[in-house]
Amino acid sequence: MQVILEMKNITKSFGGVKALNNVNFKVMDGEIHALVGENGAGKSTLMNVLSGIYPYGEYDGEIIFQGNSCLFKNIRDSEKIGIAIIHQELALIPYLSIGENMFIGNERAKSGVINWDKTHESAKELLKKVGLKENSNVLVKDIGVGKQQLVEIAKALAKNAKLLILDEPTAALNEEESNNLLKLLLELKKSGITSILISHKLNEVIQVADTITILRDGATIETIKVENHDISEDRIIKGMVGRELTDRFPKRKPKIGKVYFEIKNWNVYDPLIDGKKVIKDVNIKVHKGEIVGISGLMGSGRTEFAMSVFGKAYGKNISGQIFKDNQELSINTIQQAIDHGFAYVTEDRKNAGLILIEDIKHNVSLSSLKKISKRSVINDDKENEAAVTFRKKLNIKSSSIFHKIQNLSGGNQQKVVLAKWIFAEPDILIMDEPTRGIDVGAKYEIYSIINQLADEGKSIIFISSELPEILGICDRVYVMNDGRIVGELEKEAASQESIMKCIMQSNRGCC
Amino acid sequence: METAKVETPKVGSAKFEAVRYVLRSNIRQYAMLIALIVIMAFFQIATNGILLMPMNVTNLVLQNSYVLILAIGMTLCILTGGHIDLSVGSVCAFIAAIMGHLAINLKMDIGLALIISLMIGVIIGIWQGFWIAYVKIPPFIGTLAGMLLFRGLTTTMLKGLTLSPFPESFQKISSGFLPDFFTGLGSGLNVTPLVISVVFSAILVIMQIKKRRDKVKNEAEITPVSVFVIQLLLIVIAINLFAYWLAAYKGIPIILIILGVLIFGYHFFTTKTVPGRYIYALGGNEKAARLSGIDTKKVFFFVYMNMTVLAAVAGIAFASRTNSAFPTLGSNFEMDAIASCFIGGASATGGIGTVIGTIIGALVMGVLNNGMSIMGVGSDWQMTIKGFVLLMAVAFDVISKSKAK
Repeated sequence: MQVILEMKNITKSFGGVKALNNVNFKVMDGEIHALVGENGAGKSTLMNVLSGIYPYGEYDGEIIFQGNSCLFKNIRDSEKIGIAIIHQELALIPYLSIGENMFIGNERAKSGVINWDKTHESAKELLKKVGLKENSNVLVKDIGVGKQQLVEIAKALAKNAKLLILDEPTAALNEEESNNLLKLLLELKKSGITSILISHKLNEVIQVADTITILRDGATIETIKVENHDISEDRIIKGMVGRELTDRFPKRKPKIGKVYFEIKNWNVYDPLIDGKKVIKDVNIKVHKGEIVGISGLMGSGRTEFAMSVFGKAYGKNISGQIFKDNQELSINTIQQAIDHGFAYVTEDRKNAGLILIEDIKHNVSLSSLKKISKRSVINDDKENEAAVTFRKKLNIKSSSIFHKIQNLSGGNQQKVVLAKWIFAEPDILIMDEPTRGIDVGAKYEIYSIINQLADEGKSIIFISSELPEILGICDRVYVMNDGRIVGELEKEAASQESIMKCIMQSNRGCC
Repeated sequence: METAKVETPKVGSAKFEAVRYVLRSNIRQYAMLIALIVIMAFFQIATNGILLMPMNVTNLVLQNSYVLILAIGMTLCILTGGHIDLSVGSVCAFIAAIMGHLAINLKMDIGLALIISLMIGVIIGIWQGFWIAYVKIPPFIGTLAGMLLFRGLTTTMLKGLTLSPFPESFQKISSGFLPDFFTGLGSGLNVTPLVISVVFSAILVIMQIKKRRDKVKNEAEITPVSVFVIQLLLIVIAINLFAYWLAAYKGIPIILIILGVLIFGYHFFTTKTVPGRYIYALGGNEKAARLSGIDTKKVFFFVYMNMTVLAAVAGIAFASRTNSAFPTLGSNFEMDAIASCFIGGASATGGIGTVIGTIIGALVMGVLNNGMSIMGVGSDWQMTIKGFVLLMAVAFDVISKSKAK
């Protein structure tokens, strides 16, 4: 077998943080090559480098495809020579037909005039190849996610792709759809198409992969040849997580009180898709002064759960009970949630947590304006005082409280979000990925803030996809998968392996 | 902008550096004010001094009062996310028609007629706000519907005819002047505006100094003292000059008092109050605002209701000025108001803009109109030039913003 792709010494940094550090990655012609690693290990970044999303010059290293060195300026360049990437979030246009979507940017046209007969004829052929029994005139919005995924693959084939990159293709699919997709990959392999498969579902990886490359912390750990699909999940997990826990986490002596916050039989339905249950019978409790982790992979329902609890900010037909200090609460709006002492630090600070065009002062006070105003008139002195205090206390690196948020670094932006919620004086804090995308130093500071809040007797729910972080700061961990709690581990029992095992077992068990 | 770093001025060129710093850091804020001054200077010369004759200055205020009132409300709409209200011209016409019907046909007492007209304005506001905020009709479409709807109702109500004249007391709203409280000083001037402007200047100076002290206390970067003093001095001169022109003609127009209250009230509302802050938050990031506990629907509802009520006020002011209510009253008013906001620095994506900026924008438009009319420029060319000014103002804004990044 020949080498079709080789990526040599790829290094890519985001503002000083190295997302990829001298990664070497080699794919043979005609194989299915799985790329595994934890969230943040650098898988997607590596594939974005390969497909030209990060153009040549923004990274160091060399890409050799079919013997030629490649300098991609954009996605079009990589597509031209036969590399197609299918992202986790599908890039189809819902109100166009399957056929139109398949040939977008690659129209069957002569001097700008589209030949629709030819379009649909080619579409039919390709749809047959990927095993999708739908008319090419059907609108994409009218077919399910599984079928949309097939349309994406057909779209890639329409571009004569030789190398297919699939980023978590089965994350949103049910079991039957996943199986079909995996079968399709094996079919395509027979017709000579090479695939790179990024997946968290290790059973699937073992099922189809010829080679597995493990990334961790932006570096290649190992590349394993799989003979006859005979390798254990434990073996892969060990490679994925096998890192020593050093003192990346500030020490703390937990002072855990009585049960303070409890959720019983929580069920939530998808707001857009009728009848789809997103959260299923979740029961959790949090003590005073306790940091409780919710671990799980992306798409496991953690964020949906948190937001549905926070004043029903997500979902519909929500049922279940919320207790605080043994009192049942009825919370229907976000304002009520805040009034009852809840705070929710969103996962997506830029789009949902901060007003980027405003300054520190206005962001810090946003949830607490009632507190610093009299008859709706804001007391400017009090507002300034709060902002000045938090800027100092949380060490927000900025020129003044009038520094615009968009000019702050990620870690400092996150501190502003925390300041906003601490100022609101909650007693139950839900933090969703509070350290995503920020550097190690700022992470440490944020852990310290969280510890301090717990020591003040607040109940904290800490959601994260990074296992080391969950293990490092949580007193107890719930494991979530597919909208259910599939495990509850005390600090002593919690380890990367035990958490991953809970997830894997439930994957095998239920769907 | 505000966050730009202060460079240490070099010895010998400290003054120059300071000026440069102010220009660079506040260019967007002051650009339109400077443009307004340049435009005024140009027309002052081009019209042989007619532009700034006392009578014409008063005229400028009277002529543009309705645009100023509408532009204040439109600023809030645009702040919520670049949304505009297309229905304001039609609402002006509808309220004017109602006012005409009550005061002319039914010969109702003016005070009562005003109250009823404004109440109907509130009801229309609730109607518009409901569809936009709670049914979630995009504002562009919701207000386009309102534009057609109320224009149609106006024409129906007036049976296509013009209602005129209004009783004299109603005309006073936009043609009356405040009596001089200090007559008999024998200066030939109307002293009231001068007294008011002096008092107002003093308050302004005190407030600005307090604001500056606060900034120092909170470790914010501030402009050098010399620049601060010059800025303040210029503003005070402008205010007192304006007062002098008013004094040299007939004193303070009643409509100017209404305008002053509205401008001050809405400036205070947007900068100092909780609901005002909510409007900026909503425009800056709707999702973040919602997740911070802000009832975004309520904010939308209020903003559109408020716009309609202001449109009712503008309709009354305009009917009073033209002394009539007619089917085409108020057409294109919405465009003047929208243009004023954008010239005044409001962002088409929301979250950025000020009432004061909008007032400057409206004055730029007003001076252009007035100056060109005096020069005898035809209305065709006037429109072309105004369109070009709008384009340049926004282009300047966009370019300076992308450079700032």
